[in-house]
Amino acid sequence: MMGFALEPRRQESRLANIAAPVIAVAATLIVGAILFTLLGHDGLAAVWHIFIAPLFNPYRWQDLLVKAAPLAMIATGLAIGFKANVWNIGGEGQYILGGLAGTGVALATLDMSGAWILPAMILGGIFGGMAYAAIPAFLKVKLGVNEILSSLMLNYVAIQLLYYLMRGPWKDPMGFNFPQTAMFSGDQTLPYVVPGTLIHLGVPIAAALALTAWGVMTRTVAGFQFRTVGAAPKAARFGGFSASSTVWLALLIGGGMAGLAGILEAAGPFGQMVPQFPTGYGYTAIIVAFLGRLNPLGILVASLVLALTYVGGESAQTVIGLPSAATGVFQALMLFFLLGVDILVRYRLVRLEPAKKTETAEVSAPKTGVARA
Amino acid sequence: MNIDLLVAILMTIAGAATPLLIAALGELVVEKSGVLNLGVEGMMLIGAVTGFAIAVSTGIPALGALGAMIAAALASAIFAFLTLSLMANQVATGLALTIFGTGVSALIGAPFVGITTSTLGPIFPAALANDPIGRLIFGHSPLVYIGLILTFAVWWFLKHSRAGLILRAVGESDSAAHAIGYPVLKVRYLAVLFGGAMAGLAGSYYSLVLTPMWAERLTAGRGWIAIALVVFASWRPGRVLLGAYLFGLVITMELQAKAAGFNMFAPEFLAALPYLATIAVLAVISVAKRGGVAAPACLGKPFRAAA
Amino acid sequence: MFDITRRRLLSASAAIAFTAGSVLPAAAQSGTNGEGVEPPVKAAFVYVGPVGDFGWTYAHDQARQCLEKNLGDKVETSYVENVAEGPDAERVIRQLAQEGNDIVFTTSFGFMNPTIKVAKQFPDVKFEHATGYTTGGNENMGLYNSKFYQGRAVLGTIAAMMSKSGKAGYIASFPIPEVVMGINAFQLAAQKVNPDFETQVVWVNSWYDPAKEADATNALLSQGADVITQHTDSPAPLQAAEKAGAIAFGQAWDMTSFAPNAHMTAIVDQWCPYYTKRVQALLDGTWEADNVWLGMAEGEVEMAPFNDKMPAEVKEAAQKIVDETKAGEYEIFTGPIKDQSGEVKIPEGEVIPEGDLLKMDWYVEGVKS
Repeated sequence: MMGFALEPRRQESRLANIAAPVIAVAATLIVGAILFTLLGHDGLAAVWHIFIAPLFNPYRWQDLLVKAAPLAMIATGLAIGFKANVWNIGGEGQYILGGLAGTGVALATLDMSGAWILPAMILGGIFGGMAYAAIPAFLKVKLGVNEILSSLMLNYVAIQLLYYLMRGPWKDPMGFNFPQTAMFSGDQTLPYVVPGTLIHLGVPIAAALALTAWGVMTRTVAGFQFRTVGAAPKAARFGGFSASSTVWLALLIGGGMAGLAGILEAAGPFGQMVPQFPTGYGYTAIIVAFLGRLNPLGILVASLVLALTYVGGESAQTVIGLPSAATGVFQALMLFFLLGVDILVRYRLVRLEPAKKTETAEVSAPKTGVARA
Repeated sequence: MNIDLLVAILMTIAGAATPLLIAALGELVVEKSGVLNLGVEGMMLIGAVTGFAIAVSTGIPALGALGAMIAAALASAIFAFLTLSLMANQVATGLALTIFGTGVSALIGAPFVGITTSTLGPIFPAALANDPIGRLIFGHSPLVYIGLILTFAVWWFLKHSRAGLILRAVGESDSAAHAIGYPVLKVRYLAVLFGGAMAGLAGSYYSLVLTPMWAERLTAGRGWIAIALVVFASWRPGRVLLGAYLFGLVITMELQAKAAGFNMFAPEFLAALPYLATIAVLAVISVAKRGGVAAPACLGKPFRAAA
Repeated sequence: MFDITRRRLLSASAAIAFTAGSVLPAAAQSGTNGEGVEPPVKAAFVYVGPVGDFGWTYAHDQARQCLEKNLGDKVETSYVENVAEGPDAERVIRQLAQEGNDIVFTTSFGFMNPTIKVAKQFPDVKFEHATGYTTGGNENMGLYNSKFYQGRAVLGTIAAMMSKSGKAGYIASFPIPEVVMGINAFQLAAQKVNPDFETQVVWVNSWYDPAKEADATNALLSQGADVITQHTDSPAPLQAAEKAGAIAFGQAWDMTSFAPNAHMTAIVDQWCPYYTKRVQALLDGTWEADNVWLGMAEGEVEMAPFNDKMPAEVKEAAQKIVDETKAGEYEIFTGPIKDQSGEVKIPEGEVIPEGDLLKMDWYVEGVKS
């Protein structure tokens, strides 16, 4: 009897790093097609209309970019934290607070004009996200509170704060009692960068931030040290970053970028603040971060793939009548598969040394714990 | 306040608390074993839709509740396989499970929209529940009693059984537990499956007892409250019971106050309260770590035994 | 791998820049001046909820299916469900316009601004928005809404005649004019039967939260209300009322199946006649932007069959209001109407103008909220 076991790789395999997401997407397409056929839909058509058809339609490209921008921005910020083992899953709340802080600036400057207003709103958004992320950072550093739990809880608090402001203090006085703010003025609205399209300033900002993050993380000493803290906290103590400054930095960067995404969405596509502002970008961005393998360049691609599932999911509804729930199922399948094949990146399958007696091989196999299941 | 009103209020509290209690107890066992499964909402939805579909097809609501447990446990097995066998990140996998459950439940449930079924009604003879006190004791759905029994059972299991001791050891220090020879992964697998089954049962409470119907996203985010509740209770079954009923009390009193014409708090504040309270509890137990119970040390961390 | 992707991205944006100016609103349509659209008309619907909500969106989707039945192969329909209000809606609406639909119905208030934006870019596509108040000056965009409050008056009459406690519980979502006028119509009609009648409102701050709606119903019932009515989307209040032996009314659709004893009747949203009429107009080449607020007379608001448990005189009174409303002889918002403080807000004989109803933010006497 021959046993197999998984052995950790010294270095992540470059080939596997690229192959893993590709395998995951391919598996999603195949399993998704089978699953939806079994559910009584046209499985192949579903895959075609969600994942392939939009790529051939130039109209859809701008939709993809606009949808992907906030996802890429939030995911890049979160991934920097994840690399350092700081599990901020409060992107949704930080996104909301960023939108709210920027909206606060907008409502205060509604009657004013000037080119300074939009930058002020954007700064407000970044600070809003950072300030909200500072809460789990403080709790973690000072009291040792698990940041996964605290940042998750704060997401729900943020949503209620938004509802409160929309229903009460920030409601548009001229808005027929509908819970939403006034529309932002021209000076408060994000300009389009490609005339005649929907591509607003947030799209190049998202791309530039991801490229910068990639450069800093892979090409600078600071980035290296930061990653080391995540990989081996004890070793890193002798380097540049202390554990607590890593937590602060990771959460503030993540919060700032989520906040920026928030105000760019509010000042861009929304053009006002509404209770429907949060649409789960903060959670989707976690998927994007993992699908992009926590690499900012991978995240750019992953954000476009996720955007594709949304945009394609909508056209699949109209063209073949696929229910909207299918989008979620495809997204979940993709993440399942990615997380599943991820193991190939970190570990390699080794054939267990043929031992003197076969029994020893059998005994040693369960011990690895992994080969067993 | 007359006794009828009081009993009615108490029964509403029990109704609001029970599904949260059951789901949270399941998640508590999962987290005690060192695993964080954020897929509770997704598993609840799968339970809710499966329970309803089976109840409609067979006419037997109890069979629906059983099916709900099995279906949600199967869904949790996906999570278990990915996070335990393949050591995938638990946060991401849990989120994926919630997205999966939301989508799959909508697909399964599509043919069941717009119909109702017989409920999982009281188990005791109606004669016992004629007067208010009788109603308070005997007038509930079986799941209310199951929730109470389960609280005791989980407490006893964790505190006094050998298996529970092993489970806690696995959650506190997986490598040490492994070194002693405890089957870390097996324990965690069983814990996750139990958590899934309980989430499914809790989900079926919505579709079979509280509002016997299926509609997309029926549980409306209660799974996240259950996760908050585990933390709020600082991983103690008794406090989960307390927390769940406290939550039921706040919800019920808010609605009672509104029904009586009082609007004391901003509703948004009350809606945020469970989460704010949970953060406060997190802070307090972390400060008092030496005396109290903090999070299981291995929570959320993958385990791979050294060969 | 990355380089390829980046190049592709760059060329993609270049292509957009090139195409956008010239062919963005390219969907070639006819039918602007008297000439009908060649059948089949492609009609698309944008829904805010899932078609499986058995409430608001469900009613719109039933109407879509009814439209297909009415016009046969002269119409082709499609829909997108669960569309978030905001940028997602704008994208979906634009996508539908680009895909060659002749007419797009957007069925939630929050789709108003997105519809206005897209309508500007696609002058040859027709847009119809439900429940909004402005088209932003677009001549290819219409507004439509239903006078649900007419149905509320029927419910109020039944409630007051059947209630023993003289107190109704009202499960409400958000205090927007639509909901406020419904509450007022209900209370005004009830007051005509029983001057001491009270309507207790509980705001659940959600359109859809079955568990909370059920709990709110239980709270109202335990505080003495014996009639439940709702302006939220799930059948949960009906089920809770059924369990407690109280009476209640369906919302948006006939919900008898959920509460055979409690369900007295329901306000049924009948969008089908309007959808059929508008698509037919497109076929005939007579479509024009319009702003309509239709009610029972036009068949937009219907009452579900009265429950057999309703006493004959209640049925009669309810039917009378339906008939008179249809004939244009009954208008619930006719003075004298007092507000909550007891002050006369609308003098005897005066009717609240439609424009004021659509921004109503005050409650009539007897409403407790």
